[in-house]
Amino acid sequence: MSYTPKMNELIQVVEASRQRRYAERHARLSPEEKQQLLEAFHPDYRPDTMRPIKVGVSKGSVMPHELVDVLESRSRLDPDRFSSGKIDYDVDVLVIGGGGAGSSAALMAHEAGANVLLVTKLRLGDANTMMAQGGIQAADKANDSPVLHYLDVMGGGGFANKPELVEALVHDAPLVIKWLEDLGCMFDKEQDGTMVTQHGGGTCRKRMHAARDYSGAEIMRTLRDEVRNREIPVLEFSPAVELLSDGEGTCTGAVLMNLETEEFFVVRAKTIVVSTGGFGRLHIDDFPTTNHYGATADGLVMAYRLGGRLVFLDATQFHPTGAAYPEQIVGLLITEKVRGLGAQLVNVYGEQFVYPLETRDAVSSAIIRECLEREKGIVTETGQHGVWLDSPMIEHIHGEGTILRSLPAMYRQYERFGIDMRKTPIIVFPTLHYQNGGVDIKNDTSVTTVDNLFVAGETSGGVHGRNRLMGNSLLDVVVFGRRAGVAAAEKARHVSPGILSLAHVKRYHKELEDSGLAKDKPSPMLLPSYARHQHVPGADPAV
Amino acid sequence: MEQDSVRIFIMGKGYEVPKSLTIMKAMEHAGYRFVRGCGCRGGFCGACGTVYRMPDDYRLMVGLACQTVVEDGMYLTQIPVFPANKATYDVEKLRPGLSDMVKLYPELTRCLGCNTCTKACPQDLDVMNYMAAAMRGDIAKAADMSFDCLMCGLCAARCPAETVQYNIAILARRIYARHVAPRAKHLASRVDEVSDGAFDQALDEVTKLTRAELETLYNERDIEPE
Ligand SMILES: Cc1cc2nc3c(=O)[nH]c(=O)nc-3n(C[C@H](O)[C@H](O)[C@H](O)COP(=O)(O)OP(=O)(O)OC[C@H]3O[C@@H](n4cnc5c(N)ncnc54)[C@H](O)[C@@H]3O)c2cc1C
Ligand code: SF4
Ligand code: SF4
Ligand code: FES
Repeated sequence: MSYTPKMNELIQVVEASRQRRYAERHARLSPEEKQQLLEAFHPDYRPDTMRPIKVGVSKGSVMPHELVDVLESRSRLDPDRFSSGKIDYDVDVLVIGGGGAGSSAALMAHEAGANVLLVTKLRLGDANTMMAQGGIQAADKANDSPVLHYLDVMGGGGFANKPELVEALVHDAPLVIKWLEDLGCMFDKEQDGTMVTQHGGGTCRKRMHAARDYSGAEIMRTLRDEVRNREIPVLEFSPAVELLSDGEGTCTGAVLMNLETEEFFVVRAKTIVVSTGGFGRLHIDDFPTTNHYGATADGLVMAYRLGGRLVFLDATQFHPTGAAYPEQIVGLLITEKVRGLGAQLVNVYGEQFVYPLETRDAVSSAIIRECLEREKGIVTETGQHGVWLDSPMIEHIHGEGTILRSLPAMYRQYERFGIDMRKTPIIVFPTLHYQNGGVDIKNDTSVTTVDNLFVAGETSGGVHGRNRLMGNSLLDVVVFGRRAGVAAAEKARHVSPGILSLAHVKRYHKELEDSGLAKDKPSPMLLPSYARHQHVPGADPAV
Repeated sequence: MEQDSVRIFIMGKGYEVPKSLTIMKAMEHAGYRFVRGCGCRGGFCGACGTVYRMPDDYRLMVGLACQTVVEDGMYLTQIPVFPANKATYDVEKLRPGLSDMVKLYPELTRCLGCNTCTKACPQDLDVMNYMAAAMRGDIAKAADMSFDCLMCGLCAARCPAETVQYNIAILARRIYARHVAPRAKHLASRVDEVSDGAFDQALDEVTKLTRAELETLYNERDIEPE
């Protein structure tokens, strides 16, 4: 799948300019330039990418169109025809979503003696958690402290984060790493057992723990193995499609759908944990995404209908360097480390157009401008835009062998498709990476506006404010997943099973009708539609 | 047939698809909507194991649908789920070495050394030799060599001895990390400090700062050199 002849010609331009660029350092943006760039090109700043939602508790809040679309849709269920006559599963704690947060919650609730059911949309562990490469933060070295970690998280989030959540995050971080170490999670260590830790964007101490470049996978498969060891009941391919309530703002269970037979099941639970992850597969503003197949904002939709407040959803994290070629890996993450090691961003004329280590939002905007406004980018056969990331510069600077040593997974990723990134540059474009906001929770993960409902992980909002730093979301999912498990099990001891109704959905439908919004497509989306004839633009440039 | 397309056979039915696509995207191009056999779409989760055969070849090949490019004449089907044997255990109580491994997976010793698993592995792992390490009770080596395993199951699908390599591998990694690798001492002492409430007051104070005070502290914090 190597480069096309046309691309090879363009590569010669990049090569011809390499020696010149070696000595050249692109000017940094002034604060004013940066602001203008963001306002013109960053999807978060462009008014045409968002609108205020017209219904529900967060009515008037501005969010991306694609999210508002699924929030302003009808349920898959008809509340008038729903009957709770037959209860298929009756448990203490229902955990919805089998990623890092859900698995941690299930383990802790089980340990607390609760009768737990974990339900998930795909297989257990088919989740964003599995895909995280970089690492997980925790202040566990002598020169570091939870207070320094706190400052970093707040600074990264624009000081907008919810303090009690950040406090919980940094406080529990060392406990969580220890918990994982005890479970047999294979972190990178020195000979004497000292954790190998690195800097990440926005950290003041080296506190990024990793497990080679499969950090999330190692955490996820350890948690999954443990869930199976403890024989916690798991239903796969059984997404929740609606929460159930007592009609008064207390959550009492959920309705599941068997993805294959499309049959519905009723779960009654004393407490419910929603940990369904993020919204990457909504393809906000038509961007490709780094997220897994099931990241379709289902938890936001279900919790919102029951009155969960949504916060910070107008801030979406785009990663500046997603793969733009070859087609097979479009949207996949090219780690920041590539730029950290000296690879420059270059247009088709062999010119740099931005200092490569500006903040993520600024680099993303500069790449978008170079492609869409200045038209100095590459357009691939499938119509995907991109610019060059001059990876051979890394070896030009640091010597031969650096890429194999420092970026083995990345090298393998490209080598699979006949591209040797040591010798030829790669093509990149910003990609939709992380849902910064979500459901408003307290520090025990209980939803501020709904009883007996807990939300943990990427579905929640407030921990990261307007912008999450790398390494803090793997941490978030384990910290708050564990807290959710503990709190849900504890709460379950004091409540008795409630009545099961969709009265809240009925009210929501009424509100939709009154606002003239009843859409034909129901939500939650569950799975994106990539099959041809149902093509989502930008999602999948399948010709 | 267009020059840029190839003909593939999905579970027996022929479709014409653009030639640059992965098996996964080619199936979607042909109109399939995945429920099973699709997870991360990026080579991390192992959900998309696929068996295929080329027209002039008797051999069955395996690969990940999200990472393998279609070729003309490819005849394919997915096998997303393996009802594979998985032992249950309390990792705390296990001991490094051969005996616990064999107790949990007696079939481990049946390996014939045929190397089929290594040839199948989409991660290019030396599966046969990590299994050999496991059979010697060399937990550290088995853990290290199997680290990049996606648990896709393709090795097990083809193993004549019916071992479940990837479940044996995760057992080895968990025993290694829990009992062989030295514990992180700095972590244990930090956990003690946190549990004793050593940071509670400082954290409580910092949560009460105004935005301006926080910003000052943030801007003044010293950065550990690279
Ligand atoms: C490519 C990539 C790299 C990353 N790198 C890092 C990193 O280096 N460091 C870091 O800290 N963070 C990183 N992140 C972010 C981090 O991995 C995620 O934010 C985090 O893992 C989310 O965990 P979660 O448990 O909340 O959600 P997920 O892990 O996504 O799990 C959610 C689960 O819920 C299921 N689900 C969805 N809808 C339903 C439903 N209706 N019913 C039932 N189940 C449902 C999903 O199928 C999935 O299994 C990265 C993310 C990506 C995508
Ligand atoms: S070792 Fe087996 S399960 Fe693991 S990646 Fe290789 S083929 Fe897949
Ligand atoms: S395929 Fe099975 S029998 Fe053959 S080498 Fe691998 S583990 Fe041994
Ligand atoms: S879909 Fe996850 S490895 Fe292919």
